[in-house]
Amino acid sequence: MEGNWALTKKRARLEQRARIVQMIRAFFIGRGYLEVETPQRLPGNAPEAHIDAITSDDWFLHTSPELCMKRLLAAGYEQLFQICHCWRDGERGKRHLPEFTMLEWYAADCDYLRLMDECEILLRVLVAQEHFTYQAETIDLSGPFERLTVAEAFEQYATLGLAEALETDRFDELLTLEVEPHLGRGRPTFLIEYPSELAALARCHPERPHVAERFELYIAGLELANAFSELTDPTEQRRRFEADEAERRAAGKPPYPVPEKFLTELASMPEAAGIALGLDRLVMLLTDATIIDEVVAFSPELL
Amino acid sequence: MLSTSDLRKGTKLMIDGEPHVIAQFDFSKPGKGQALYKCKLRNMITGALFDRTYRSGESFEPAALHESDMQYLYQDESGYVFMDQKSYEQTTLEADALGEQKYFLVDNMEVKILMFGERGIGITLPNFVNLRVSQSDPWVKGDTAAGNNKPATVESGYTLQVPSFVEQGSLIQIDTRTGEYVTRVKE
Repeated sequence: MEGNWALTKKRARLEQRARIVQMIRAFFIGRGYLEVETPQRLPGNAPEAHIDAITSDDWFLHTSPELCMKRLLAAGYEQLFQICHCWRDGERGKRHLPEFTMLEWYAADCDYLRLMDECEILLRVLVAQEHFTYQAETIDLSGPFERLTVAEAFEQYATLGLAEALETDRFDELLTLEVEPHLGRGRPTFLIEYPSELAALARCHPERPHVAERFELYIAGLELANAFSELTDPTEQRRRFEADEAERRAAGKPPYPVPEKFLTELASMPEAAGIALGLDRLVMLLTDATIIDEVVAFSPELL
Repeated sequence: MLSTSDLRKGTKLMIDGEPHVIAQFDFSKPGKGQALYKCKLRNMITGALFDRTYRSGESFEPAALHESDMQYLYQDESGYVFMDQKSYEQTTLEADALGEQKYFLVDNMEVKILMFGERGIGITLPNFVNLRVSQSDPWVKGDTAAGNNKPATVESGYTLQVPSFVEQGSLIQIDTRTGEYVTRVKE
């Protein structure tokens, strides 16, 4: 009896994946970040209209470690990172697994602009060359990454402008089908300044309050990371949670309890920024894999 | 009714009164945004292919098809001929209706034929089929790293990736749902 070929054939990529994870750990530890582990099973997640949690008895598997990481920030831990599994119900595709690996890092006295700089440094350290090749496309890391506002991206690539896309509830559809394929071509792109209503936990730009200090990192059309300058106003955060929770319940989703401990402790959180990066997708890019199954040992279908 | 969570490659839907099968499927979703379900649909009667993108919350009518147990007999210029195991009536499917599945047909194989009324429009194969490797470059001495693969062509003309130790003439098992190599078969 020979071994399971579906597992055996992944060996080279799994070895590369292990090396990448080791380098990421060394990178953050070297920059003074504390590695933490927070519970993966929670009474409730941060309410978001379009992210569905998997239930676990009367609790939920976390969709991101965000709330616990921020409570640690509020308790005085200035720089934190975590590599953990997260679960999102119903997400399965060439670039989605319902159980996937997230890299999140948070820093006090930081904003989204500094996080963009840190992303650039991390990518250059991991690649260790001025460029890498993904699906025969050269991605140049030697210069600054492109920074494009959401409004500019819709202007350039979508059939509707940003305002009209929002009014007609076609923002996500046009972003996915018309905008994303053009992002991160030849060099990484930071898509920045999301409409403030699309960033439930982000701080609004001080001079342009209609946009949030949020960015997403794209490489070769692949969405890799989401980040923002964190909202630190508990009253505003409670108002946004209530609005998103109402939207969730109206769509028939199981209710989350209000994260009261988080909201209380948010008052003592310093100005901070945080980022969530899809580790499996990063490994896809760095190992030239076209589907996410190739970079994990087991996809759900192999279980 | 079906929901978007039922959509995947192979799901059969009724659209405008005709059965359609999802030939290619992809799930897309901005991290914080709404999901999109990108489908390439094949009309199971005309064979016409077209793209359609669905959003969460849409619902679908499942295709009203029944399955008949049949045996594969032979291929001729009209297509692939099957015989009903109960009535002994014969049904012919064109190559287009079979797609890649035509490579996994073996003489006398027992299959399920999807019937739309009296007409055969699709096929469900056994999950695994054994086929002989008709062409594959020999193993290169020194190439001992586990996980190395190489292309191989089987007797039906189908080409797939196999482990480097598989030799020309080997009998191999293929998963007909994915088209991928499973194991060598002992003879």
